[in-house]
Amino acid sequence: MNENAHQLWLIPALPLAGALINGVVGQMRDRAAHAAAHGHGHGHGHSHSHSHSQGHDHGGHDSHAKPDPLVSMVSIGSVLLAFLWVSKTLIALGDLNTAYVERYFTWIASGSLNVGFDLAIDRLSAVMLLVVTGIGTLIHIYATGYMSHEKGYYRFFCYLNLFMFFMLILVLGANYLLLFIGWEGVGLCSYLLIGFYFLKKSAGDAGKKAFIVNRVGDFGFALAMLLIFIHFGSLDFGAVLPKASGVDTGILTAIGLLLLVGACGKSAQVPLYVWLPDAMEGPTPVSALIHAATMVTAGVYMVARSFPIYEGAPMAREAVALIGLATAVMAATIGLAQNDIKKVFAYSTVSQLGFMFLGLGVGAYGAGIYHVVTHAFFKALLFLGAGSVIHALGGEQDIRNMGGLRTKIPWTFATLFIAAFAIAGFPGLSGYYSKHEILLAAHHHAHWMYWVGTITAGITSFYVFRCIFLTFFGEYRGKAHPHESPAVMLIPLILLAGLSIAGGFLGIPHWLEPFFPKMAEGHDAMAGNITTLVGLGGIVLAYLFYVVSPGIPEGIANSLRGLYNLIDNKYYVDEAYDSAIVHPLEHGSRIVLWRGVDAGFIDGIVNGMGGVSRSIGGALRTLQSGNIRSYANWVVLGAVIFLVMLGAAGGAR
Amino acid sequence: MPASFMPSAQEMMRFLPETLLTLAGVFLMVLEAIMAPENKGRLKAFALFALAAALAAAVIAYNDPGPAFNRLLIIDGFATFFRVLVIGVAILAVLGSSQYLAREGANPGEYWALVLFSVVGQSLMVTSNELIMIFIGLEISSIASYVLAGYLRDDARNSESALKYFLLGSFATGFLLYGVAWIYGLTGTTDLSQIRADLANRDISNSMMMIGAACALMFVGFAFKVSAAPFQVWAPDVYQGAPSPVAAFLSSGPKAAAFAMFLRVFVTAFEPVADRWEPIVWASALVTMIVGNFAALRQTNVKRLMAYSSIAHAGYVMVAVATHSKLGIEAAMFYLAAYALTNLGAFAVITCLVGKGERFVEIKDLAGLGARQPLSAAMLTIFLLSLIGVPLTGGFFGKFYIFKAALDARLIWLTVLGLLNSAVAAYYYLRILVVMYMEEPGDTVENTQEMGGALKFVLVGSAVATLVIGTFPSLLLDVASRYAVLGR
Repeated sequence: MNENAHQLWLIPALPLAGALINGVVGQMRDRAAHAAAHGHGHGHGHSHSHSHSQGHDHGGHDSHAKPDPLVSMVSIGSVLLAFLWVSKTLIALGDLNTAYVERYFTWIASGSLNVGFDLAIDRLSAVMLLVVTGIGTLIHIYATGYMSHEKGYYRFFCYLNLFMFFMLILVLGANYLLLFIGWEGVGLCSYLLIGFYFLKKSAGDAGKKAFIVNRVGDFGFALAMLLIFIHFGSLDFGAVLPKASGVDTGILTAIGLLLLVGACGKSAQVPLYVWLPDAMEGPTPVSALIHAATMVTAGVYMVARSFPIYEGAPMAREAVALIGLATAVMAATIGLAQNDIKKVFAYSTVSQLGFMFLGLGVGAYGAGIYHVVTHAFFKALLFLGAGSVIHALGGEQDIRNMGGLRTKIPWTFATLFIAAFAIAGFPGLSGYYSKHEILLAAHHHAHWMYWVGTITAGITSFYVFRCIFLTFFGEYRGKAHPHESPAVMLIPLILLAGLSIAGGFLGIPHWLEPFFPKMAEGHDAMAGNITTLVGLGGIVLAYLFYVVSPGIPEGIANSLRGLYNLIDNKYYVDEAYDSAIVHPLEHGSRIVLWRGVDAGFIDGIVNGMGGVSRSIGGALRTLQSGNIRSYANWVVLGAVIFLVMLGAAGGAR
Repeated sequence: MPASFMPSAQEMMRFLPETLLTLAGVFLMVLEAIMAPENKGRLKAFALFALAAALAAAVIAYNDPGPAFNRLLIIDGFATFFRVLVIGVAILAVLGSSQYLAREGANPGEYWALVLFSVVGQSLMVTSNELIMIFIGLEISSIASYVLAGYLRDDARNSESALKYFLLGSFATGFLLYGVAWIYGLTGTTDLSQIRADLANRDISNSMMMIGAACALMFVGFAFKVSAAPFQVWAPDVYQGAPSPVAAFLSSGPKAAAFAMFLRVFVTAFEPVADRWEPIVWASALVTMIVGNFAALRQTNVKRLMAYSSIAHAGYVMVAVATHSKLGIEAAMFYLAAYALTNLGAFAVITCLVGKGERFVEIKDLAGLGARQPLSAAMLTIFLLSLIGVPLTGGFFGKFYIFKAALDARLIWLTVLGLLNSAVAAYYYLRILVVMYMEEPGDTVENTQEMGGALKFVLVGSAVATLVIGTFPSLLLDVASRYAVLGR
């Protein structure tokens, strides 16, 4: 067998090729089609021409646009091929008891730093690869239906394929630098996808927010990477992680906490979660989903990948658990008061990510990854189902204007219903197993964490079913004429429903077991039963509140007005950030720097005086009126400071 | 050692690039005066030819490295890298200027000559091994730059810019010269290697205060030229008022040359007292990053924003200077080359967009650029991402190497604060992206002329180069590390 027998590079290269083809050929064909349709050339007719349409979600609706079959084929095909290549490789590689690495070339060799362009598969990345390419394929198929009337069809798929490329680099990379490249790359693509409807200001703002919040996280990651390099002399997983146990706890804690900062940004954990709900509100369910199922799990993957570091740094691990728990609670309670169907699922995503972090933090790394997988199934289903509902109602997203849809769009209803049971942890469905593993591990770790987590799980099943009941039960309260979605959208729904049911029987925990450190045995059967009952209780309560006697919630909201407002306003976190960080920053830079440092002016007020000599005289006069002297004073001041620093201080020593 | 007045052929070869450029510049001035106006288009070709020849000469000169003219100059790897860089920048600057000059109806002949003279000065700055030569190179480059900044004489903004640049520049050079005099008084030499030897071998504890003061004085002069805080005040006004292609040129070539001489003087001559000057470079680097990035947050004028951005980037390079290590020098070389490419590219877009008379210089004038000019917008996106420091662009690895060098030199806090700064910087670059792609064009009319071939070449060329060194950084880093050799 030769060295790089499995050509791992093909896996990311396929979507990259798809992105390039769509970007170049798709655009050319798009322009040609438009030129033909409108009878005049580009400049007006192509994808960027600006016209507002009233559709809530359809910022760039174009009745003339026909989806380019080539674009659909290329984008689905490239991801599907990547999925098949992953499957083929995994079958050929067998049990993967040791990581399989392919080295292509030395990428950076600078002094003591040597980073290769190496890709690797082990048991952990195998799971992630299957999820990313598998779910990714379904999303692509669905998107060809959902986006079929949108302008810039080729552009959307170009971004989507590019996203897959970076995501696969992230998962396959055999060192922290490649992971970081993928990490930044998916961030960039997510910015492009969120801002895809650039006519909608909310989408643009959300994109910007996502990018900036993530920069904070990336800052942590970058520092962690540099620390790792200093103390391990390498960035390769294979060289760093096995040595982690021999390194000083303080350093491991610092690295672990910094990595956690990075993960908090990417995986939307407290306190950096604020971007995700916004990012899911503006754009299509498709891009919302690509985030929910793939990108935001990058943080979970990174922490799980670095588990030897966390094993040596109990404090950092504890921080992971606490942040996860806080996120789960916070997002779940906010979810109670949301009325936008996508926002409900957005907050549930944040909340479920919190559960995954809780799992990692209590040492149940396998359970955390397991939850990534099952969550990918049912959350994908929830989002695609929500998209199908929105599609059916012509852009309506407010669940108060829905109701009674179960007879009108039965397929969508049936699949969404299954997803809701899965996320609520109904026994036998996928979410049940993964969530139970996490909560039982939490029980083992600290009882109070278990209780908080369990109650949060109850809240989760309550608000998800609140959303389902309001959407599908009772009387229809809207004005649109609901119609079932096309088959190309329904097929992924049905497949995902199947996975949401069967996800618990895929043997993922068993597969991951040898990879991660062993958990202490001895599960508390009683704790398991309580979790199940609380989850069911949430569903029953939602049924009572929203189907049997719909007056109750209003009454409760009224009697607990203050609490309700707090939750309704998402704990005022955005406002707090605005007044604590954004405003002071803008104010500070305006007053201190804008007025103090940047006092200059070039405004050409001597304009019109004409003549070279006079204009120089004029310029001189202008200058004398203010600035050049103050500038010179700055220079003198600086010189004095440095003279003192270097001269006097030097002499004193 | 008896001085030989006739330089050897070997020395002349080492000095060939400057000779060629000087002759070509003089020749251009003569041609400009006697040539019929309709033929003056050929002057640009001549200037480009001269630059290309100088580039070749610079490369050839490195076949036989060594000192020239009684060790006034030294042709080492470091000098060669920067010679190639500044000449390359000048080539791109010439290509990026012609359309602008034609649009403004300006006479291009003298402009090319001034660019060539400025390059002669820069080239001297990077090859000088002696303080007086450094001063002369700096002045040759600066005087040409002052005139370039005010090239459109009838534009009041140009005049103001040139005058400010000239007055403050002279002022700061005064400090430099004063520092040189002190050093000569203290050590009896202006030769960098001999200063180093003197400082290293003599007991200097008694004169430490004087040496520190001399360092500080020279630091003022250098920091001014690289627009490091607190001597950056001139840069926003000058870049904003100068013609766009001149601003592009000034913030790329002369800045790189100034950093080169800064590094050479401080890392060779003043290396023995490095622990004394490291704190001021440290402080200056930090303040420069902060001032540049935070002031940029508030800007509405694109050129002024780019000026602050260039200050911030100077701050990152100062971090590399603060390391005074070989890795730091390599990182600075990489960074300056990557920044020059990115900056020239971004200014190429601006040059085209501002329109005749530079009327459209506000960020809001970029609204809807993504729809109006997809190519320019896409390329500008690449440059902005590189300035932010997103992976797979040159800017990312530039920062990566600098902060790595800083960590190796145990400048932990500077690294942390520098990284925080680069997180802040994302905000204002991103604002341009948002305006370009996500806002409707305002009532500004279709203000842009079609981009000419030369400008397009600069644009696409620097974008491709930015991506290539971002994807295969070794291409540039290997060169940098091979050439980061300071002859002593």
